[in-house]
Amino acid sequence: MSAEVLRAPGSVSGQWFTRAVLRNGPLGGLIALVVVMAVLSRDFLNGQNLLNVGVQASVTAILAFGVTFVIVSAGIDLSVGSVAALSATVVAWAATSGGLPVWMAVLLGLAVGAAAGLVSGALVAYGRLPAFIATLAMLSIGRGLALVISGGSPIAFPSSVGRLGDTLGGWLPVPVLVMVAMGLIAALVLARTYTGRAMFAIGGNEEAARLSGIDVKRRKLVIYALSGLFAAVAGIVLAARLTSAQPQAAAGYELDAIAAVVIGGASLSGGSGKASGTLIGALILAVLRNGLNLLSVSAFWQQVATGLVIALAVLLDTLRRRSAR
Amino acid sequence: MTGVNDDVPGGRELLRVEGVTKSFPGVRALDGVDLSLRAGEVHVLLGENGAGKSTLIKMLSGAHRPDEGRILVDGEEVAIRSAQDAERLGIATIYQEFNLVPGLTVAENIFLGRQPRTSLGLIDKRAMRARAAELLRRVRLDVSPTTPVAELGIARLQMVEIAKALSLDARVLIMDEPTAVLTSEEVATLFGIVRELRASGVGIIFITHHLEEIAALGDRVTVLRDGRSVTEVPAGTDEDELIRLMVGRDIAEQYPRQRPERPGAPLLRVRGLTRDGGGRQGAAFRDVGFEVRAGEVVGLAGLVGAGRTEVARALFGVDRYDAGTVEVDGRVLPRGDVRAAMRAGVGLVPEDRKGQGLLLDASLRDNLTLARLERDTRGGLVDRRGQRRAAAEVAARLKVRMSGLEQSARTLSGGNQQKIVIGKWLLAGTRLLILDEPTRGIDVGAKVEIYRVVNELTAAGCAVLMISSDLPEVLGMSDRVLVMAQGRLVGELSGDAATQDAVMELAVRPATDTKNTYESAMEGSDVG
Repeated sequence: MSAEVLRAPGSVSGQWFTRAVLRNGPLGGLIALVVVMAVLSRDFLNGQNLLNVGVQASVTAILAFGVTFVIVSAGIDLSVGSVAALSATVVAWAATSGGLPVWMAVLLGLAVGAAAGLVSGALVAYGRLPAFIATLAMLSIGRGLALVISGGSPIAFPSSVGRLGDTLGGWLPVPVLVMVAMGLIAALVLARTYTGRAMFAIGGNEEAARLSGIDVKRRKLVIYALSGLFAAVAGIVLAARLTSAQPQAAAGYELDAIAAVVIGGASLSGGSGKASGTLIGALILAVLRNGLNLLSVSAFWQQVATGLVIALAVLLDTLRRRSAR
Repeated sequence: MTGVNDDVPGGRELLRVEGVTKSFPGVRALDGVDLSLRAGEVHVLLGENGAGKSTLIKMLSGAHRPDEGRILVDGEEVAIRSAQDAERLGIATIYQEFNLVPGLTVAENIFLGRQPRTSLGLIDKRAMRARAAELLRRVRLDVSPTTPVAELGIARLQMVEIAKALSLDARVLIMDEPTAVLTSEEVATLFGIVRELRASGVGIIFITHHLEEIAALGDRVTVLRDGRSVTEVPAGTDEDELIRLMVGRDIAEQYPRQRPERPGAPLLRVRGLTRDGGGRQGAAFRDVGFEVRAGEVVGLAGLVGAGRTEVARALFGVDRYDAGTVEVDGRVLPRGDVRAAMRAGVGLVPEDRKGQGLLLDASLRDNLTLARLERDTRGGLVDRRGQRRAAAEVAARLKVRMSGLEQSARTLSGGNQQKIVIGKWLLAGTRLLILDEPTRGIDVGAKVEIYRVVNELTAAGCAVLMISSDLPEVLGMSDRVLVMAQGRLVGELSGDAATQDAVMELAVRPATDTKNTYESAMEGSDVG
């Protein structure tokens, strides 16, 4: 019928530039930030410093990849910092006090991370707890267990795993490699796996997903378990860098991870998000900290700046959504 | 046709609508509508579902604003931006869904937000009750002003609404299908009140689907069709002529059902399906049993709340049931298991398209391939290229009007959105498709395209179970019609026995004064 009026997106030619900027907001923001830092500080734009930025971003980014899965499915995971510390503590404890071979200790640590996620997922999917509450509980439980296992003090990390914190060929930091590898895995999961596509469906409209045959509850278990697994990897990388597993490590990192995901363009209401965006989000946070350090800005003011960047990013995201409608 | 006649009763013009146009994303709801209302006149607004009646009255009550055109009150152009504006102009509207607060008393509802005050600024309960009592007398409602509204039946609620409109000194009263849920006695009372109001100079816009009421009560009739005001005729116009004006085309053209010569083997067999109340999962149903054969379209008619949607959801595995069996191809489906139902070839197009059918912000490709996601996964990876090809094919087959498969579902018109939901099930290889209110809020052209898909499906040996509150649609498209009332299957009609009267007779038989409103379902769309 002729009365049908289709609203073709992006049709008005004058708007394409605005749209292009908004659509690639996170990348544009990162580039702008790098340019500003390079201008303000001569030390910023050299290879060694940029690799440092990469190392600083790595733990946040790996945590954030896992949180991306959860946020795309319209959930939230506050427990990743604690779970990271718990997993690292388990690895160190199993390899030292437990006397397990290192590879088994690492597998155990990864399993503990996934199991923690599985518990959160079960509370959300079957216990019908709000994700915020379920993972808040896991935040406390994970941290507590890490303290219990370690007796409250750092445990030396097995040296063979400790190489994860070293550099390859004397210049390429292994954490950066791990970050890239986990990022590729996250991208593959999101774009090409059943669980990944189910994340978008559940986050977009859970009821429609259920009525289309997505096994929503089981997928939620997998989603939170993946988040826990990524947290475990992040915890191991962090402990390797510090050469010891510290039960108090990574406290508050969950907020950085969530910030990275949101800065990267994902919506907290679910249904959208990209691994590349999350990587950019983590890099933006790292560049900001690194640059402000180089400029000798106090740590107190750095927090203020970080908050402003988060607010700005979400503001841009809101504008982008409005212009897309 | 007939212009503004001198033989029309009533006095000067109260309200005039000129060339009003209103578009919603994807639909032009009103297209140059004209209407005039005089003091002391009952002006009937007649039209099919989706013709634009609801949009027009929402415009007069301040809920929508026209894109183009003028609204004049007492000859002066006005802008009705809000319900308060309408109230100030003396326009009161009684919707199908009442605006009453169940926990408050009749008097409190009548004067909600406008309670008389004492000199101290407190609510003057005595004055409020006295004035309410007087208004209740005017509408011949024999209840105390202190009765909680929750205790009243639907007919009395309507009288309270009318009393509320009178308390506003409304000069224009708009009534949206007021008789839909009333018994014939209650209708007679209502007509008496409406006639009194007319005699006192109130102009009344009256919406009804019951043609016999037009001659009984109306003075003039404006016919709306596809968002246009087709004509204005005297209320004495012959019913057949009114239908012709309203429909504007042959029924056969509107419902192009090609009935199978002989239906095939039973595809779906439901036996003794029962769910006790408890309220957690909607209405209860009892001992529902029926069969759907390959190549058939079976209609499921009844009032809203009769349990049709609940039965559909139960047999698709969305909600649980307490007793009974659902068989597809002779194999019993496990209870409460959507995935098992899907594997057996069942698909459900839910009544709430946006809330349950679509991922609104996801691409059309993602929406179309959602129900076959698992099947497209090989070796842990989803075959995105294959999905794209399949989605493109089905979108072309359904003639989805889109800019591309990456367009988001939100930006499509209602009709095209519904095609996407149906396409999802076509791609999933569905053989028994359950359609719950498939054409609600969809324009006529897209409706016919959806009916053609139904024909294609049944011609290919699939079966369709169609729930619809649009009676002409159920009758026009179904090979057999099942009627539900109060959770039970109360009858089956086929061929010539399936008429609107026969269906309604069955649908309302158990009790007449229920809170279920058949007509509210008929106008349930957002652009009605």
